[in-house]
Amino acid sequence: MNIVVLVKQVPDSGAERTLSRTDHTLDRAGAELVLDEINERAAEEALRLKETADAHITVVSMGPDSALDAIRKVLAMGADRGIHICDDRLHGADLLTTAKVLAAAVRTVADVDLVLAGDAATDGGASAVPAVVADLLALPQVTHVRQLDVDAGRVRALRETENGQTTLDAPLPALVSVTEKINEPRYPSFKGIMAAKKKPVDTVGLDDLLPDADGFLVSRTRVVEAVPRPPRAAGTRIADDGSAGRQLAAYLIAQKLV
Amino acid sequence: MPEVLVLVDHDGEHVNKSTYELLAVARRLGDPGAVVVGTPGTATRLMESLARYGATSVHAAESKDAAEFLVTPAVDALELAVRDTSPAAVLVSATTDGREVAARLAARLGAGLLIDAVDLDSSGVVTQIVFGGSYTVRSQVTHGIPVITVRPGAFEPEEHPGEAVERTITLPVVDPATSARVTDRRTAPAGDRPGLTEATVVVSGGRGVGGADGFELVEQLADALGGAVGASRAAVDAGYYPHRFQVGQTGKTVSPQLYIALGISGAIQHLAGMQTSKTIVAVNKDPEAPILDLADYGVVGDLFAVAPQLTREVAARRAVG
Ligand SMILES: Cc1cc2nc3c(=O)[nH]c(=O)nc-3n(C[C@H](O)[C@H](O)[C@H](O)COP(=O)(O)OP(=O)(O)OC[C@H]3O[C@@H](n4cnc5c(N)ncnc54)[C@H](O)[C@@H]3O)c2cc1C
Repeated sequence: MNIVVLVKQVPDSGAERTLSRTDHTLDRAGAELVLDEINERAAEEALRLKETADAHITVVSMGPDSALDAIRKVLAMGADRGIHICDDRLHGADLLTTAKVLAAAVRTVADVDLVLAGDAATDGGASAVPAVVADLLALPQVTHVRQLDVDAGRVRALRETENGQTTLDAPLPALVSVTEKINEPRYPSFKGIMAAKKKPVDTVGLDDLLPDADGFLVSRTRVVEAVPRPPRAAGTRIADDGSAGRQLAAYLIAQKLV
Repeated sequence: MPEVLVLVDHDGEHVNKSTYELLAVARRLGDPGAVVVGTPGTATRLMESLARYGATSVHAAESKDAAEFLVTPAVDALELAVRDTSPAAVLVSATTDGREVAARLAARLGAGLLIDAVDLDSSGVVTQIVFGGSYTVRSQVTHGIPVITVRPGAFEPEEHPGEAVERTITLPVVDPATSARVTDRRTAPAGDRPGLTEATVVVSGGRGVGGADGFELVEQLADALGGAVGASRAAVDAGYYPHRFQVGQTGKTVSPQLYIALGISGAIQHLAGMQTSKTIVAVNKDPEAPILDLADYGVVGDLFAVAPQLTREVAARRAVG
């Protein structure tokens, strides 16, 4: 079975994020970059499949030079090879361009059975890149999955959204995106980290992936204005002396919130 | 006036409130055309409600498959409706399904996608709040027909009664090799509480609530206030409350009039989902908890004492009228 895992490097979500003043894209310079946590779970799911079936795992990431660290981490967890899509022209790529480039990279891998991704990136966005990749590759979209079962050429999955849970069924090849609740990712072992250094990683650019991309568009939208919102300040604070619930009720009533 | 297509959210019998919100905002750009994707007969059932809230046309995309496959039928329907009507824009609610439908549609149209609009002006400039409330951004689509997802609750539904003409979209047969089939659906019990993203009051519990039992206290306060219940990720991961109620960066973003955090420390990833709330109240026994730094009203105390007392006071107030 050939599995492709799509991963992304993101600024650590515990840190403050800022927009670049010049082009309103996410300022990566100041932020500590990490492999997006949900992507780790997608990689973990691929590795679990590899434990039960003969599988070859390719990890794909689009991003600047530093994205190689994210790829190496998944290789250290146990993936077999990497594809690093690195091209300055992709800076500020919108969802569609990102999905097109990722889909093109998946196409370079022969006989793919399963594409795995995280269902959301913690640096914001529509959580819809996987759905668009599925559309572009004409694969069934099996997204927001908290439980996955791949067997006998089919995927059965439990999708969880605000509307509740649905059970999905699709033939392979398919695209699956996983939620943060699907598993606990393993830590790379020391042996894994050493082995990862020798695993092959191809670096590819736009010309390799979309050679006849006439009129290539980085983005189909434009930021007109970006204004930082003022931070919130603390208001009233009380320590409970046995009447805090009553005082709080009085506050809510005064604010016409009750 | 050009048409503005709106994807209708419905349960087969009723139109969701978020669709009425879309119809209201669609009128800023043109004549709202409602696209109904469902099993045969659905559009006829929904016609009257849609017309009452301003739809001037209803595009019926109906087939037996429509409810059996995930996302693809809605994308197909919108794509066909766009080719038929050359609309000024397409609006979809920013739900999980809605975002996926909108993104796939934009991809097929080669068009710009703007997500999570909280405002939209007549020139098509969209206002978004990004990075968990740290920036207000105004953006515009520069290529193709704008596809816009709109945050539920950001607009008020408006009745605007009129006649709607019905049109038919012939859906292609779904290819089961390229679409996932929905084999079972366990719809979240709607219960008596408002939806998390639409509620004007949200009461959330964190790890401090201590267990699934403790969440009864959170529910009681939410019910007294007519609000929805939310939870921090720590509370969800500990199994106190279901995942779909998670508020925060990887959960739901809420922006109610009143947000009450019980036993939540205020990690940046939690704040990302609630800090645009109008009024924030926090109850935490730790005076150093970061949530207290942004609460409009902070109580340092034990939630097991404060919350029930507040619930009683609110219920008493409500009883008086
Ligand atoms: C990539 C990523 C994404 C994340 N996404 C989310 C997300 O979407 N949503 C989210 O919430 N978190 C998210 N987190 C997790 C986040 O970092 C915090 O771990 C989480 O929000 C903590 O939840 P908590 O406040 O309930 O728990 P804690 O931090 O453990 O806080 C519990 C609080 O309860 C108080 N307390 C305890 N007992 C009582 C009592 N009896 N009365 C009053 N107060 C009491 C304590 O003083 C403490 O402040 C994410 C983290 C990462 C890394």
